Amino acid sequence: MSEGFFSRGFRGRRQPGDVAGRLPPGQYLERGFPVLSAGPTPHTPLERWDFSIGGNVKEPKRWTWEELMALPHETPTVDISCVTKWTKFDTHWEGVSVETLLHQVDYDPNVARFVIAFSDGGYTTNLPLADVLGGKAWVAFIYEGQPLAPEHGGPARLLVPHLYFWKSAKWVRGLRLVEQDEPGFWESLGYHNYGDPWKEQRYWGD
Amino acid sequence: MERTALLGRLTWQFGEVVATHPETTRTKSLTLSVPNWVGHLAGQHVDLRLTADDGYQAERSYSIASPPEDGQQITLTIERLDDGEVSPYLTDELRVGDKLELRGPIGGYFVWEERLGGPLFLIAGGSGIVPLMAMIRHRRAVGNPIPTRLLVSSRIYEDIIYRDELEREAEAGMALEVIHTLTRTQPPGWTGYGRRIDAELLRDIAWPVEQHPLAYICGPTSFVETAATELLPLGYVPTRIKTERFGPTGGS
Repeated sequence: MSEGFFSRGFRGRRQPGDVAGRLPPGQYLERGFPVLSAGPTPHTPLERWDFSIGGNVKEPKRWTWEELMALPHETPTVDISCVTKWTKFDTHWEGVSVETLLHQVDYDPNVARFVIAFSDGGYTTNLPLADVLGGKAWVAFIYEGQPLAPEHGGPARLLVPHLYFWKSAKWVRGLRLVEQDEPGFWESLGYHNYGDPWKEQRYWGD
Repeated sequence: MERTALLGRLTWQFGEVVATHPETTRTKSLTLSVPNWVGHLAGQHVDLRLTADDGYQAERSYSIASPPEDGQQITLTIERLDDGEVSPYLTDELRVGDKLELRGPIGGYFVWEERLGGPLFLIAGGSGIVPLMAMIRHRRAVGNPIPTRLLVSSRIYEDIIYRDELEREAEAGMALEVIHTLTRTQPPGWTGYGRRIDAELLRDIAWPVEQHPLAYICGPTSFVETAATELLPLGYVPTRIKTERFGPTGGS
């Protein structure tokens, strides 16, 4: 489509090679932390908060806030990329690995091959089970040393940094394991079902 | 939540600039002729892709300001960010006859169609008015006088985007009320509000919740956060408050 085409007079702002190599295609480097969400920010008090894993499992499991805090914490430092084009380097988080949570649940990974993350406010997003195992996903509650702010998904959000950030569901309250994949909120509205930034899978058909 | 505007595959295509129009000193509207435009809903946006002569590319998203009824033409309103990589090019360099690569429409949630009804409470912070203007123009184009209140927050009088058009629309007998607030300075004789939005201001002008209003809020993060949060104690239903936020991003 764009072969040979260039935008008359556009020079752009190239990043040094080490930065450019870390930016997925079509992304620019952001130093702030933009907020995106479809509706008002939910505020669930911690005493009423819980995290649950259900669906295609032998027995649903539920953790209170205290129980979640008592699990081993991890402190990932990761680059995050939003489908709206910004990428932020070296963000520091603290949370519990999804693998740690799933370890306490009896399920058959050959049957329950997908997970649906669900949040306060009704948001959902879908991921292959394999993408939340192996230390690739966390339930994160501390960002840059501080409790995660509500507008960024606090008290806890999913953190799946290898996919576009809409997969890192804010205000996450649990996972539902399913046999058949089903598109979540943005995935039903034209956004890519998987969302790999390095393949620039922003929208349907990408 | 509603599911609207299912999209097909989005391929890059060319649009040609057919008109430019300065809205304020910092914002400019660009009208593009897009021969293969598939149509859009009021509130959606497009991705633009610029390519330098050595192949370097930059992509950004911009809201569509024009109504679906404009056919193969779409209008974007661009706010010039002084330290931006893309917006100064669009506002200062681009001229009629130039081509732009784009794809869209994108986003199926922050949209308004007639079937979604109203009354509408549209709340705009700065250039956050752009997708809301598409809704107002759509409402106008289809001749639907659905009761609508538009709250526009700008820094100063000269920063009000679409000021004259909004004035005309409000006087057109189409059940549109436009309420302005100027957060920095107010001209002599100013009759609008003169402060940042807050709970009291929203309470003054919000539709009573008994009328089942539908709210659309677009602006910078802190603005959207305030507006959306303060509608909840008035009884607004979270799923009937749709938000969209945009940069400049700030530190948090």
